[in-house]
Amino acid sequence: MNNRFDIKKVVATGIGAALFVVLTQVQIPTGIPNTSLQPRMAVLAFLSAVFGPWVGALVGFIGHALGDALFYGSVWWSWVFPEAVFGIGVGLFAKKYAVKEGGFDVKNIILFNVVQIIANAIAWIGVAPILDILVYAEPANKVFIQGAFAFVGDVLIVGILGSILLAVYSKVSGRSSSLKMED
Amino acid sequence: MSTLMSYTRKDTPVHRLSGFTKLVFFLLWCITSALTYDTRVLGVMLAISIILFRISKIQWQQIGVVVKVIAFFMILNVLAIFLLSPYQGCTIYQSRTVLFSGIPGHDVTAEELFYFLNMLMKYFIMAPAIFIFLVTTDPSEFAASLNMAGVPYTVGYAISIAIRYIPDIQDDYHKIKNAQEARGIEMSGKARLLQRITRIASILFPLLFSMMERIDVVSNAMELRGFGKHKKRTWYMAKKLTGADVTVLLSTLIFCILALFITFYDGNRFYNPFIG
Repeated sequence: MNNRFDIKKVVATGIGAALFVVLTQVQIPTGIPNTSLQPRMAVLAFLSAVFGPWVGALVGFIGHALGDALFYGSVWWSWVFPEAVFGIGVGLFAKKYAVKEGGFDVKNIILFNVVQIIANAIAWIGVAPILDILVYAEPANKVFIQGAFAFVGDVLIVGILGSILLAVYSKVSGRSSSLKMED
Repeated sequence: MSTLMSYTRKDTPVHRLSGFTKLVFFLLWCITSALTYDTRVLGVMLAISIILFRISKIQWQQIGVVVKVIAFFMILNVLAIFLLSPYQGCTIYQSRTVLFSGIPGHDVTAEELFYFLNMLMKYFIMAPAIFIFLVTTDPSEFAASLNMAGVPYTVGYAISIAIRYIPDIQDDYHKIKNAQEARGIEMSGKARLLQRITRIASILFPLLFSMMERIDVVSNAMELRGFGKHKKRTWYMAKKLTGADVTVLLSTLIFCILALFITFYDGNRFYNPFIG
């Protein structure tokens, strides 16, 4: 039983990371320069919430590093690690959300959003700017502004798109059959 | 999405090296270039990168678009830093040589320019290592080399699944997008933010559901073939280390240790030409 589940996590990591890479170039411009919403973050949050922290961390790490390397030819390690941190953060409460069991109700949507806001804050206002300063010696005010924009964008996209994805998936996968009892 | 870089089979000394060697080189290169800010070390590393480029016969068409994208990001980055913190260089090098002052509060100093030069070198040193790794390593060999480097084979396998499925999912993405456009959902026009998000959602839902199904199918297939039964596994694509591999590995290691020694010799990662 346990072994079977591990295989599923390995595959979910691989295929999830592939989807994350494909969505790298799909971005929604917000009107604020240099800031766009990244739907791939919603996918990362989705996978972390369904499969747990390990899958979240690996999808974030592999997906971001591969995506950077394939599309931009360079890997910004200081922004790869926070992605993994975000995946772990959201994934830690995977059992609580009960997505697969169909239990992703209003209470869990609120829990998910509280968790994602905290995880995003740690990742983009904490880890990313600090790594930028340590590795590239970039000025503090620039990296924290950059981090704050990333934080707001990610909270928005994960909050809206991520919540919708999880709620719908939970409703569909938790249903044992489409039959209803007649009155 | 033609900008994706991909492996091309060729017969050069770099292609013949084992994936493990290239992976270790890539990682050591990344770590060293991340730690050092010493202009002399960066210069030597840049020169070596360019020579390696030559040896592996990578064509400009394979990487041209990507180089332009990096250059664009670098320019944006440098401009942002100059706007927000024009004297970062002066703080680092503890001196101030004003070259010319036009904009109030934003004097152009030699230190700032030197700091930018170093930063650009740092970014560009990373790029060839990645190009060489991606363009000259067979993706199937990649998992094997990760496993040889001590990464658990489940993680190595996950990465090779990712590389294997990127084209398939890209295909799905375009099909679904075209189908939704055919149904009248406009993808490119100007719309409010929430509307844009719902449009993306109309692509993401089918994509995500088909992904969950694919995960089930693939993991069932792997279970039937006994994946994960043993603690270790062997790799069909693994290459044995040859003399050339050992030479490259050793010289990379020695070079990186030497580079870090020179960098931190004066107790500081920066090379400072301003204070003698």
